[in-house]
Amino acid sequence: MAHEHGHDQPHTLLPSEPALRVRAIESLLVEKGLVDREAIDEIVQLFSDEIGPRNGARVVARAWVDPDYRQRLLADATSAIAELGFSGIQGEHMVAVENADALHHVLVCTLCSCYPWPVLGVPPAWYKSSEYRARVVRDPRGVLGEFGLVLDDDVEIVVWDSTAEIRYLVIPKRPEGTDGMSEDELAALVDRDSMIGTAVVVGPGGA
Amino acid sequence: MDGVHDLGGVEGFGPLRIDADEAPFPHEWEGRVMAMRLLMGFWGAWNTDRGRHSIERLPPVDYLSMTYYEKWLASLVNLSVETGFVTGDEVATGTADPGVDPVEGAPDAAVVRKVFPRGGPSLRAVDDPPRFRVGDAVRTREHMHSGHTRLPGYARGRVGEITSDHGAHVLPDSNAAGEGEQPEHLYTVRFRARELWGDGGGDHAVHLDLWESYLAPAG
Repeated sequence: MAHEHGHDQPHTLLPSEPALRVRAIESLLVEKGLVDREAIDEIVQLFSDEIGPRNGARVVARAWVDPDYRQRLLADATSAIAELGFSGIQGEHMVAVENADALHHVLVCTLCSCYPWPVLGVPPAWYKSSEYRARVVRDPRGVLGEFGLVLDDDVEIVVWDSTAEIRYLVIPKRPEGTDGMSEDELAALVDRDSMIGTAVVVGPGGA
Repeated sequence: MDGVHDLGGVEGFGPLRIDADEAPFPHEWEGRVMAMRLLMGFWGAWNTDRGRHSIERLPPVDYLSMTYYEKWLASLVNLSVETGFVTGDEVATGTADPGVDPVEGAPDAAVVRKVFPRGGPSLRAVDDPPRFRVGDAVRTREHMHSGHTRLPGYARGRVGEITSDHGAHVLPDSNAAGEGEQPEHLYTVRFRARELWGDGGGDHAVHLDLWESYLAPAG
């Protein structure tokens, strides 16, 4: 990694300042018995490998292929999502909002960084940024444009500002040309941003 | 509180910086900060709302200039000192006070595996019937107090329509202040962009989840 800036200055070998501070705090909390190092490893591993947008994609794909599941999801998302094994912290009270031809949902938390962890994992940096939080409630079309998403003028945009413990999941529209696809194949098309509402799902032919 | 964290609608911010290939924790220390702050919360000395308030109470310049997980680290340290888990001297020296024995019973990986799928629901049973119904017009309160609240500045004194009743949930305003859960009915309220931002405000809608005491009948 010392070569990534094209030179071998010694300072590139030093940990960044926050990394040093975090190591000091971790050592202190462990020494005092307040924090268990393996529990830290466990949480990092959960969010790195298990709790992420692949979970949400499975929910969306199931809703696309199973009309009864879709109804349960729209009526009681917490229970319907738990059917697939996803539940808990920062997803205790889930609501699914479904996009349609003339309706597009997009999620934000203007006051902090509320985000549906069980189905999407930890939020990306842009979701937590001042820029996104300040702008998307005021100018959603402009913000979506920066993601390359341009919606027709007759599409109503609803911005959901997550001000309580209700966590939202956007059910994107199923793209054209996917009629014969399996649930697994459909899930593979669904990316994180389409479940936040800053993207739409693109079909196999790019449609 | 009228803090700089209350960013909705603030103008002057530039374009988004979007990294399509971002890892969950781009720097290893970020994941460890998140984990430690969650784990310290497991002791029950502070709740989610107090945790959020501690980030809002960072000095405005720090709030806007620190990265996300730097704020979590600052909050972790502040909360840990405020609640007496560690002292300022211990933080400064990085060494535990030798006169204080380590505590027992820190949550281990098995506890994490058990607690994560359960989480901490905020729904509570209350006897009071809801004051508002779906379809009612409501006006949000103006500034209510200088503590933690979840009514953003941009949605104060505005008229909207109730679109959902979520039952009664823990009130962040009291819970953050150590004044108990005081659960109240929670509603989704729909606001037209023009109501929030004026005539040039666009044609979208913004939906917020607001507690009953944030709302008064409108019309």
